[in-house]
This record gives sequence, C-alpha cells and structure tokens, in this order.
Amino acid sequence: MDYERFLNSKIKSTKPSGIRKFFDIANEMENVISLSIGEPDFKTPWHIRETGIRSLEKGKTWYTPNRGLSNLREEICKYFDRRFSVKYNPDTETLVTVGGSEAIDAALRCLAEPGDEVLLPQPSFVCYEPLTVMAGATPVIIETKAENDFRLTPEEIEEKVTDKTKLLILPYPNNPTGASMSREDYEAVAKVVEKYDLMVISDEIYAELSYGTKPVSFASVTGMRDRTIVVSGFSKAYAMTGWRLGYALGPEPIIAQMTKLHQYGIMSAPTTAQYAAIEALQNGDNDIVKMREQYDMRRRLIVDGFNSMGLICFEPKGAFYVFPCIKSTGMSSEEFASNLLMSKHVAVVPGNAFGDCGEGFVRVSYSYSVQHIKEALGRIRAFINELEQH
Amino acid sequence: MENQLLELLQDNCRYTNRELASMLNTTEEAVQAKISEYEQKGIICGYKALINWEKVPGSEVRALIELKVAPKPDRGFEEIAERVMAFDEVEGVYLMAGNYDLAVFVKGHTFQEIALFVGKRLSPLDSVLSASTHFILTKYKSNMVDMQNLTSDTDERECFI
Repeated sequence: MDYERFLNSKIKSTKPSGIRKFFDIANEMENVISLSIGEPDFKTPWHIRETGIRSLEKGKTWYTPNRGLSNLREEICKYFDRRFSVKYNPDTETLVTVGGSEAIDAALRCLAEPGDEVLLPQPSFVCYEPLTVMAGATPVIIETKAENDFRLTPEEIEEKVTDKTKLLILPYPNNPTGASMSREDYEAVAKVVEKYDLMVISDEIYAELSYGTKPVSFASVTGMRDRTIVVSGFSKAYAMTGWRLGYALGPEPIIAQMTKLHQYGIMSAPTTAQYAAIEALQNGDNDIVKMREQYDMRRRLIVDGFNSMGLICFEPKGAFYVFPCIKSTGMSSEEFASNLLMSKHVAVVPGNAFGDCGEGFVRVSYSYSVQHIKEALGRIRAFINELEQH
Repeated sequence: MENQLLELLQDNCRYTNRELASMLNTTEEAVQAKISEYEQKGIICGYKALINWEKVPGSEVRALIELKVAPKPDRGFEEIAERVMAFDEVEGVYLMAGNYDLAVFVKGHTFQEIALFVGKRLSPLDSVLSASTHFILTKYKSNMVDMQNLTSDTDERECFI
C-alpha cells in the first residue's frame, strides 16, 4: 500500500535526529566507550523514588488535574521564586507537562502559525527546528559563534529580525555547547526583544547545572516576565529523565491556551512522577548541590583534557557538555566522530547534528563517571597522537 | 579541596596530579604539597592495588576471628593488639564495641591451617579469653568495590536525541 499519500508532508520532510546514526553503529561494536549520552548518569535520588513508590502504594493511580497537582504547581512556583526571584501564580500561570519537550511543543503550537518566523540560535538541541516546522511556522537560524563562546548577541538577532518575526527561542544553558547567558547578556537581548515586540520561549532545563555562577532566568530580566514562556523540568536537575515531567511558566493568556492543548493532547502528566516531583522540590536542593559538584569536577577534567591535546575547548558554564573544536585535525565533524569511533571505539556526536554552524566541533557529554572520562580521554589522546604522526 | 582530594585518591590513587588539579580547580604543585602533607601526617597510609584473590588460582583463604580479651590495666587493649598484629597470618585488627573486643582478619592456605593457627597460636596468648572463628566464603563488596560484579554496571541509557 502506498502510505506516502496519507502521510503529512511536513513530518516526511523532517530529518531524523543526526545523533541517532552514530549510536546505531556504536551499538554494534565491542568495547565502545561513549561520551555521547545527553542525560544524567545519576539515578533519581532515593527519597524521590521512594515518594513515587509510596504514591503507588496509596493507590494514587488516577489522572491529576489537567494543569498538574495543585501542590506541585505551588511547589514549582515557590522554587522558581526562591531560585530565580520570579513569581508566578500556581493556578493560572503554571502548566505541568510531559517533560520540557511537551512544553516547548505546546508553546510553539500555541504561539506560532504559518507566516510567522521563529528565531532559533544554533548550535542547539535538535527539537526546536522540527517542532517549529510542525507548528506551521518558519524557523530562522541564528548562527552563534565560537569566538563569543556561543552566546547570543543582540546584533545577531537584529540581523535576522523581519516584520514576520514573532518568537525567539533561548536555549541556555545550551545543549550541545555548554554556553550560558549571564544577566548582562540577557539584558542586551531583552532590549532587542522589546524593540521588535517579540515573545520568547526560554528553555531553562539545564539552569541548575550552572558552574561558578548563579543561574539566571530570562523572565527575571526587567520587562521580560510578560514576554517569556519559561520551560523547565525535573529531568536534568534531579536526574529524573525517565519520569517525564516538566513545566511551563508564563503569562496567563498563553498558559491558558497551552493548557487547552495539553488537556486535549495529553490529559495530564504522569501522576506518580508528579508526587515524586513534589518531594524533589521540597527536599531535593541538596541532591542538586551534590550532583552539580560531581559534574563540575568532570567538566574541569574534560576541558583540561581536550585543551591539553590541542583540541581547543572553551570553558562551558552550564549543562554537561563540552564542545571542542576539531578543525585542527583537518577532518569534518562527521569524519572525526566516525574515525574516532572506528579506530578507538569512542563515541562522540558530530557538532553539525545541532545545526550547520556546529561543523568543525563535536559534542562530548561528561555525564559519565570520572573513571570513564579518564579512559575516554586517554583513547582520544592516542587518536590525536596517531594523526599527528601520519 | 581537603576531603575531595582524599575521596578522589580513595577512588583511584592513580589519577595524575594534573588530573587531580584540574578536577579540584587548583595547581599540580598544590596537589603534590597536600598529598605529601597527608603522607607525613599518616592520613594517607599507603597506595595498594585492590585484588580479588578469590579469582587467583590456589590463593589463600580468609577468616574473621572474634577475640574476647582482658585489657591490661596500664596499656588497655594495645598490648594484646600489638601481639596479634605481629603474626604474618594477620591482615587486620580492629578494636570493637559490642560482644567481643578484637576483630582479627586472618589468611591461610587452607581452612584447616587457619583453624590450627587460632587454636595453637592465637588462643593460648595471655589475656585472650575466647576466640570464635568465622570463615569468609566470598567478598561481595570490599573497599567500596563490587568484587563479584553483582550490580550491573552496563549503561542502560539508550535515548539518543
């Protein structure tokens, strides 16, 4: 049967994630050491898991309210005020979603429509572009630069703004570069957002994994609370990826529409996860500190490792990725990743999987034990040494 | 960096000073100075490989001996501890609070050899009141390490986006 004529043309023309390809090869190989996974290696802290289990024992197996449990929404708002000094109303400005991803999708679908342009800084996580396309709008790529440590500048926005521009996506702290925006960086961006009357989707899922600086929410910048949908969640901060729980915070009229979409498409986020998340917000601050210390240690080890082998790597201030430049090897990102995998059985992700401007870089995750990272760095060093000898 | 350095070295004493310095955000010189200080103070007592002898053919067997002893008025438990420690068969001696006084870890070629050691050399020591021998069959976890690979260490993360 010919399914082509049944399938939606927009999804058909969407490329599958470029990250995937390498894993299929890596999975077939023996003795592979991977630095390619984009989720925490920690297990969810036990007291959080236990709370989820207890909710099941108590028979909490029904849907929750569409927006999420009211206790959870209250805790999210308390947390956001405590960490980022921005107040939201738990009843009207908060939506609990199935991971940050659903919140991004819902925000795009409730704001963008055909004819609209959505500004998207790259390199960035692979979901924004296809989700913008599926929402019917046109993604306009902003290529951030290594010389700015991949932060977004107001000039770069102004170069791409047209009278069709409606939305700006802010993916910081950034996957794959580890770039992070300071308050000053955000203030500069805010001026342009104001000037061109834009709305912002700020994906702050990695905010808790900020090193040496206090994380900043774009919504905390003067005037930006009314123009921002903050997307965040539990996956990265509390190592809760598999629970699938995130949230959106934003102005009431937008959250109301997103809630409608969520109500029809999802009903409510997983109930067990919501009970566990309340425990995370109430008693999980220390878990975040402990995990962040571990990531920070690994981050410094891996940055020093790459720089010392001549693969220049700026010091990322957030997330759990480094983005070393591999141009000195004369290889493309894909060649580098593929040759490294074949000869040393180390898996990294080519930078161009996150946008064309990621060419010349590779994404390396340090969401692995120090022992694992030490072994992988040793192999990469051997790979580079062999290249130099030829 | 105080405890962090010790924890890292306990985890793996073969990290280079450079690796330790980068992880702890300090210099190699500072790391070396700190390690020397720990060595001098006896906080770091040695660097030894963690060997799973059960996997080495023909290697020794081990036992835990619970010793009840009568402490001496002047030197308490130290005098008897010193005498017990002096035997080559003895790998470890701990002073305990509880039903017995000294936990003594002993190795030997056979269980019989250990039993004879306890009966003929340990028990007759002056001030030993009783000795109770427990043979160690398997070490599941020792020095923070899963010796039998019971907990699966395979990476189950499979989401590639």
